Amino acid sequence: MKAETIATGATARQTDILHVEDLRVYYHTPRGAVRAVDGVSFDLKPGERLGFVGESGSGKTTIATALIRLIRPPGKIEGGRVLLGDIDVLALSDEQMRQLRLAQIAMVAQGAMNSLNPVKRVRDQIADALIDHGKNYPRQEMAERIAELLQRVGLKPEVAGMFPHELSGGMKQRVVIAIAISLRPKVILADEPTSALDVVVQRQIMETLRAVQDDLGASIILIGHDMGLMAQFVTRLGVMYAGKLVELGSVENLFDEPLHPYSRLLIGSLPSLTRKGAFEGIPGVPPSLLDRPSGCPFRTRCPHAFDRCVTEEPQFREVRPGHWVSCHLYEEIV
Amino acid sequence: MTALLEARNVTKVFGGGLLAKTRTVALENFSLAIDNSPPSFTAIVGESGSGKTTIARLLLGLTAPTSGEVLYQGKDVRHMSRAEHRTYLREVQVVFQDPYEVYNPFYNVDHVLETPIIKFGLAHTAKERRTLIEEALEAVGLRPEETLGRFPHQLSGGQRQRIMVARALLLRPRVIVADEPVSMVDASLRATILKSLANLNQQFGISFIYITHDLTTAYQVSENIIVLYRGAVVEAGDVEQVVQNPQHPYTQLLVGSIPLPDPHQPWAAAKPPAGVGTPTAASCKFTDRCPYAMPMCITHAPPLFRTDPRRVAACHLYRDAPAIGPEELTSVFTDSPSGVSSHEVAADG
Repeated sequence: MKAETIATGATARQTDILHVEDLRVYYHTPRGAVRAVDGVSFDLKPGERLGFVGESGSGKTTIATALIRLIRPPGKIEGGRVLLGDIDVLALSDEQMRQLRLAQIAMVAQGAMNSLNPVKRVRDQIADALIDHGKNYPRQEMAERIAELLQRVGLKPEVAGMFPHELSGGMKQRVVIAIAISLRPKVILADEPTSALDVVVQRQIMETLRAVQDDLGASIILIGHDMGLMAQFVTRLGVMYAGKLVELGSVENLFDEPLHPYSRLLIGSLPSLTRKGAFEGIPGVPPSLLDRPSGCPFRTRCPHAFDRCVTEEPQFREVRPGHWVSCHLYEEIV
Repeated sequence: MTALLEARNVTKVFGGGLLAKTRTVALENFSLAIDNSPPSFTAIVGESGSGKTTIARLLLGLTAPTSGEVLYQGKDVRHMSRAEHRTYLREVQVVFQDPYEVYNPFYNVDHVLETPIIKFGLAHTAKERRTLIEEALEAVGLRPEETLGRFPHQLSGGQRQRIMVARALLLRPRVIVADEPVSMVDASLRATILKSLANLNQQFGISFIYITHDLTTAYQVSENIIVLYRGAVVEAGDVEQVVQNPQHPYTQLLVGSIPLPDPHQPWAAAKPPAGVGTPTAASCKFTDRCPYAMPMCITHAPPLFRTDPRRVAACHLYRDAPAIGPEELTSVFTDSPSGVSSHEVAADG
């Protein structure tokens, strides 16, 4: 495969499996362009678990969909660079991209368990994915591969012969994960992989995801709104607000010392299991992405906003080693 | 004394008809009495399939029990006079999960607020109507001038859900059943909505039945909690005791599975099931998943054991404690706490 030959190449982003630079995705509507993702940059290291957290409409799902190039009209990738190893993802033809999907970068989409084909057995749905990517194993070997994949995600081999309606939500989600890892991708995008599942099953699925990731040595990007899940799963966390990445750092730094006022308020809005009443909502609502305020997108809700926040948009910069934030409060520090 | 709203030995079975292959017992022998003097805040917590929404639908009269009865002011809600039924419909209100589906997109939000006032004849003039609506909106923290006249799509999920709370409030209800009111709302707005519910509970003396899958928010707003598993109560009592020190192995599993928003407190390792044999219809429903299952769990399901004055747990681990019948469940919420288990009222404004 192409990606393996580059491993010897000596470039600066050698250590990153994924390099995203100034990614912009707009949705074109009659009322103008909705800037759903507006200049997001980050790197993903091999074997890393990176999370993106944000409210609805913050652009987190759009990032994942753009990375795998499944943005549909009226959405459009307006600019930026996405490098997977040294493959320029945004420059690939549709057919090349189709081959890359699943093989190099796979997605467990939100509600994916409902996307299983109801009239096909689990076995055939997994086989479809393999055959589509040229893995036309003989019958016996195919059965063995499928059994092995199911076992990796904690399912019994008998599940191969079952239909989706015979499976619980958690089991279906495991099948979806089995399909996602069937070609040993380097990057797994997990978009709210447990959003419709109960808390006990959620934990099992997250543990399965972590186990298969360890197994494959893949990197994971987890997209979600649940700060608790992020704290338990990822090693590095990015906070999205109104289409921008406003803070990025190790999960410990982000929870112990959140820098951006939005991150701080978001953490403060989480109900605790030990202290009653110790949580506060964030006043106001996110800005319209059609008509973004000047300067900082959070200034309309920010308790620390000052005149500069109105006139000038803060730059996303590294204010401490590995800890990035876009906020004027931290610019003097640099 | 007659309770305001009461479920008495209610069982709800789905299916089981002539042609149905399976019958599902959604709720088994459930009893609960709700009063509003003083107003209470009771959380009913469970996973999908636990029967929590069935309880909501039964209490609201949206579905009929297979056996047992739902009473409002002592009268079976299925056999009421017209006037009594009208009172019941007005005084027991609901806030549903989805703040998107309840609106008709062709009407502005005034419509959803005006309809109940007109239906129940709560105002005589348009001005009176307007005043009622404005008061209700302000009570849930919305500014009338920024809300009225707008269309549903112009409002956020959090605003829409607060309008639904305002709509319920308009009717001056005595009980509000809130079925997953914040599960579709972003975290930053969740706190605001929950606080407005707590405020209505204290300020207007409305009792709440808060139905949720989320133990954390249940802990934050309620004083009493009922944990359901596959149609039966497994643990109930004072929320502080149940959440901080869960006794039933299922409640322990639930509490232990919550992803805490703290990277320094990772999930503790889950204990594997004990595997004592194949459960039957007579077994405790949690046997196959329970790390502490014993042979007696297979042979018979445990009753509710009163482990504390203000708590019951349906588990043989506590068989030394006195057992109570399911119809006595409410007594763990109403009996004055003896000794140490005094309940502190939530310290939020």
